[in-house]
Amino acid sequence: MRDVRLVYFAWVRERIGLNDEIVSLPDTVVTAGDLIAFLKTRGEDYEAALQHENVIRVAIDQEHVEHDEPLGSAREIALFPPMTGG
Amino acid sequence: MAPVPLSAPASVTVRVQAEDFDTAAEIEALSTGRTDIGAVVTFSGLCREEKGQLAALELEHYPGMAEAEIRRICEEAITRFDLQGATAIHRFGRIDPGAHIVLVIAASTHRQAAFDGASFIMDYLKTAAPFWKKEHLKDGTARGWVSAKDADDTARERWARG
Repeated sequence: MRDVRLVYFAWVRERIGLNDEIVSLPDTVVTAGDLIAFLKTRGEDYEAALQHENVIRVAIDQEHVEHDEPLGSAREIALFPPMTGG
Repeated sequence: MAPVPLSAPASVTVRVQAEDFDTAAEIEALSTGRTDIGAVVTFSGLCREEKGQLAALELEHYPGMAEAEIRRICEEAITRFDLQGATAIHRFGRIDPGAHIVLVIAASTHRQAAFDGASFIMDYLKTAAPFWKKEHLKDGTARGWVSAKDADDTARERWARG
């Protein structure tokens, strides 16, 4: 198990109901995609926020990654919807 | 002996802020004191009223990453189009119809690089800089989060190199 800080934005944040949290990840969570699958087991709010897994974007230590990216020794992992700035 | 560089190094200015910006002052800041710049292209993004329905936009961002990502995009544009400088300013918080959202300035020796550089920065900024828009309507309801557009992905893909 290891602790990481998770941060959420936009409708992912609203549906989960948290801005950020510290979560203990089991050793079976290796990639960003594993993290999403793991979070979906944490309750209805997470399930609702992450049901369309393919649209969820992930950043590790403030850099975009694909879902197959290993989390490595990430300190901060962000989950958010497709971006709509500009 | 190493040749003396003929031009100053490219300057990058990136800011993410709640307050408005002064477009003319930003162009001046990028070009003042330099004689190597021949072209400056400016893009301003403004909040539309959406046929009178919109009361305001709420812009959420990821502090730290927003600045870092825009800086990465500007540096890529400078390398790719050989720009003399780039400025990108993006606002967050509540933005009323008619108000500024984003400013991009690209400076180069000749105009095509400045046009392309500004366009490249905007296309990547829209799809890769961590900002999200929520619409608040005049009837007091929140219409909700703006959906990402396929057209924005397509606009970015035109810069992909085969």
